[in-house]
Amino acid sequence: MAAPQAIVVGCSAGGLAALELLFSALLPNLQQAIVVCSHTGSSTVELMCELLAQHATLPVVEASERAPLERGVIHVAPSGYHLLVEANRRFALSVDERVSYARPSIDVLFDSAAEAYRDALIGVVLTGANSDGAEGLARIRRNGGLAIVQDPADAEAAAMPTAALDIAGADYCVPLAAIAPLLNRLCLP
Amino acid sequence: MKEPGSAAPLADADLQDIEVELFVRALKLRHGYDFSQYAPASLKRRVLQLVQSQQVHTVSDLTTRLLHEPAFLPSVLEGLSVPVSEMFRDPEVFRALREHVFPVLASYPQINIWQAGCAHGQEVYSLAILLEEAGLYGRSQIYATDFNENALRHAQEGIYPAKEAQLWSRNYLAAGGSQSLADYYSARYELIKLDQRLRRHVIFANHNLVTDEVFCEAHLVLCRNVLIYFSDPLQDRTLALFRDSLVRGGFLCLGTRESLDFAPSAIDFTPVNAALRIYRLGPRLGAG
Repeated sequence: MAAPQAIVVGCSAGGLAALELLFSALLPNLQQAIVVCSHTGSSTVELMCELLAQHATLPVVEASERAPLERGVIHVAPSGYHLLVEANRRFALSVDERVSYARPSIDVLFDSAAEAYRDALIGVVLTGANSDGAEGLARIRRNGGLAIVQDPADAEAAAMPTAALDIAGADYCVPLAAIAPLLNRLCLP
Repeated sequence: MKEPGSAAPLADADLQDIEVELFVRALKLRHGYDFSQYAPASLKRRVLQLVQSQQVHTVSDLTTRLLHEPAFLPSVLEGLSVPVSEMFRDPEVFRALREHVFPVLASYPQINIWQAGCAHGQEVYSLAILLEEAGLYGRSQIYATDFNENALRHAQEGIYPAKEAQLWSRNYLAAGGSQSLADYYSARYELIKLDQRLRRHVIFANHNLVTDEVFCEAHLVLCRNVLIYFSDPLQDRTLALFRDSLVRGGFLCLGTRESLDFAPSAIDFTPVNAALRIYRLGPRLGAG
């Protein structure tokens, strides 16, 4: 694996609390672009961004169409659209069919980011109630990136991390509280 | 860059990129449809979905069929356009059209509206209903265009799965609809069919934003979540097309998450409601 340049994070049920904890413990001088795809029932992620910003050590913004991924910034996928990363490392949106009943789909984000960042990408799968993200995480690993999965025993909803382990496997399978220290170590060697 | 002729194995992803490029080239040379200016990540995803749905092994298999089987083209276009929408999607946008745009349109004796990229027509019927309820439909003309013939046919029929009706009814009310959406469709088995009277001022026509020119003189252009699939230059070209189609002071309505930050032609438009991506043709008033 090359020096990581981006981190993509996927979660659904129980995701907000998990993200709050994760982002509260990241070092504020991380140089990676961070992108979050969370299944949310609400029509916008405005509130979610606000809540995360209260805990996060890094700035939190809604990912904006065509905008470049910014280092040291947490980008949240907008509600109702798939979020993709282009090879030129800018965001793109789509309203294509739902994938695994979800839009945004974690697989769609992970697949495209895996192509754009290849072995400079870290994929993280947290708590969640379905199997979205598992195929995408497998793609990240095939492209030389690194996979971190929350220990299902530690997750509020175990289905998503379990599916990720089954389909993609992981380089690290650790409890939530250990993920931020791990990312800090991997990203700021 | 690899040395020419070097035997280094190519990553699957790189090989697929080459195949997609050849496929896009074949589609253009053989059939005249140019997808080379589409945003690559989504396009690639759709092409790979075609590989699955057509039950072939590689993108190159698609290319072969595309070149040698003329009857294969509609399936390809259908797969590449994936027209997904709903009635009154983003109800607040339709509410804003009704409250802030229609009163201006009402000052014209004849109202021309261009719905560019109408897909299966959900927004065409949404618009017709809103115009009807505002008392403006009688002097309105909606031009609904798409490059996909199947989609146009579908739009003309106005038949949709009944399971959508519940969400669409909620959207309709949130958009400020004054009746019940059920007043505008008949339900039968698993399907609903929109009242065909709603079509009486709609002209459905084939138009390709990538290659075709100005379509009509319009007072309002609706083009939501179409340009998100275009590269920066094609997005900009299309905005210029809309500019040249609109009367001075005419309105443009895009999808609520679309960005004009990389389009020089955006300078010709002034936001009316920036959050909802409703613009007006004309210079920005005051500084900035």
